[in-house]
Amino acid sequence: MSRFGSLPRRLVHVVIVLFGITLVTFFLLRLIPGDPALAILGSSYTRARAQAIDAGLGLDRPIWSQYGLFMDRLFHGSLGFSFFYHEPTTRVILRHIPPTLFLVAYSAVLAALISLPIGFAAGLHRGRVIDQGSRVFFTLSFAMPAFWLGIIFILIFSVHVPVFPISGFGSGLIGHLYYLFLPALTIALGFSTVLVRSLRTATISTLHAEFVDTAQMKGIPWRQVLRRHVFRNAVLAVVAVYGVNLAFLISGTVLVENVFSLPGLGTLLVNSVSDRDYPVVQGVTLVFAVLIVGINLLTDVVQAALDPRVGQEIGT
Amino acid sequence: MSTGWAASPSELLMRAATRAAGRRRSAVRRRLTLIAGLAMLGIAVAAILLAPVLVSQSPTTIDALNPLAPPLTPGHLLGTDQFGRDVLARILYGGRIDLAIAFGATIVTLVGGTIIGLVAGYLGGRWDSFLMRIVDLFFAFPFLVLVIAIIAMLGPSIFNMFVAIWITSWVAYARIMRAQTVVAKRQQYVLAARALGYGRLRVMLRHILPNVVSAVIIFSMVDAVGNIILAASLGFLGLGAQPPAPEWGTMIADGQNYILSAWWLATIPGLAVVFVGVAFSLIGDGLADILRPGDR
Repeated sequence: MSRFGSLPRRLVHVVIVLFGITLVTFFLLRLIPGDPALAILGSSYTRARAQAIDAGLGLDRPIWSQYGLFMDRLFHGSLGFSFFYHEPTTRVILRHIPPTLFLVAYSAVLAALISLPIGFAAGLHRGRVIDQGSRVFFTLSFAMPAFWLGIIFILIFSVHVPVFPISGFGSGLIGHLYYLFLPALTIALGFSTVLVRSLRTATISTLHAEFVDTAQMKGIPWRQVLRRHVFRNAVLAVVAVYGVNLAFLISGTVLVENVFSLPGLGTLLVNSVSDRDYPVVQGVTLVFAVLIVGINLLTDVVQAALDPRVGQEIGT
Repeated sequence: MSTGWAASPSELLMRAATRAAGRRRSAVRRRLTLIAGLAMLGIAVAAILLAPVLVSQSPTTIDALNPLAPPLTPGHLLGTDQFGRDVLARILYGGRIDLAIAFGATIVTLVGGTIIGLVAGYLGGRWDSFLMRIVDLFFAFPFLVLVIAIIAMLGPSIFNMFVAIWITSWVAYARIMRAQTVVAKRQQYVLAARALGYGRLRVMLRHILPNVVSAVIIFSMVDAVGNIILAASLGFLGLGAQPPAPEWGTMIADGQNYILSAWWLATIPGLAVVFVGVAFSLIGDGLADILRPGDR
């Protein structure tokens, strides 16, 4: 069986999940208590306007037909019309995607750079200063709200020692990297908690594996055993953790974007909540969910590429 | 199932927590973690409940003559905010909301998710696959985004914050509990109980539940940390507690506007969140050590 043998079944699963996601985002709108048109219009309610909104959202039809309309529009690349921006929701959302994607990628890389050396070292030198120290540090950072940590970073690195900008996205690659450093670091630290813990555990259990003893007995230098045998296998074990927890990372961006006033999806989501721009809220939720499904699929592919055993697994 | 889909963040956290418990520690040190956590939580709860006795100021009284007084000002131990309101009083009164979420949201989802997972895992079949598909679906969304979207539709308020967490949070418990139940129901003691002719309910509640409940209880401590951070986060975003009610997250949001002149406004409420969060984390670690000593 090829190493990507389980991929077709996975793709079927993805399609089912995507279908479910559209159901959930569709029904979100039904959670609005009372008349959605009244909630949207507020004091500027008139019967004609309300009817226009009902027609726009398809609220004047039976529910199954509403879902059909929603799906029909979705397949034509439309997520409805934004009440606040007075333009198609998809256009509003597309405009806000780049900062978020950049931030997610940046923090994912930073998190790897932080947690790989620390987690590996903590596993190798179990119970020593590096292990205990990283445990205390990450227990603390686990209990820290990401947005608060971001503000503390602003306080230290933008106010007291003005090294980094207080907000904004910057321009050009270097500009983005510079402007987004503090936000990305904030998210990366929260993310590292889980990564360090699982890498540490994976390292410890790999050290006890028989192939490590074999390699040592063959006379391979210890440094090389660590690099080629222990490290590689330990990292393999955390790839899954890494992919799954990127979902956490995305939740982090919602908060951190608001702290640093970045023009991303998270800021858009929160602003749209206060603007009662329901189509945008619906659309952003959908985009975030699709992003996560994509990341999960990517993790599976990467895992299968790195580890031939994964693709051959016979599972449910 | 490949690990990419099988393992939810919550499960991974739980596994990490229980693995951390695998480190051999002396019985005294084990208890020490738990005792330290309980003590910290006890201090926080006592301070918040006894707020009217501990501080004389009201959290909402405006003192226009004394705005932005720094900490250690006489009469204002932790200083005052932009309206001259006492920060210590606001921390103590505001903690009521955050701790209410930590307890109220966690307990409801713990009980609900546990029952659903137990029944799904034990009965198996159609209901099981139906429920687990729903669980999968919830995990396809970033948790915070889904909570925000639900609050967006229901309207921002403290009660709707509870509702949004109740709707979304039970799934983690259901998934953990189901996995545990599926394993447990093939064990000898369950087979024995069934052979004795005990009914489903009795087998589930008296035999399986006591043997597997420790996993969800340990996880609930991780979840409580998550919920208290969530309450503060939603407050910060203006989607939870509404002003002038004091709440740690809204206090941090207010404080961010005064970050150039009054560092303590944003810093101190965050430290309160960290204090309570660490307390729950320590309790979780301590419970993991005691409840699952054999786990490596």
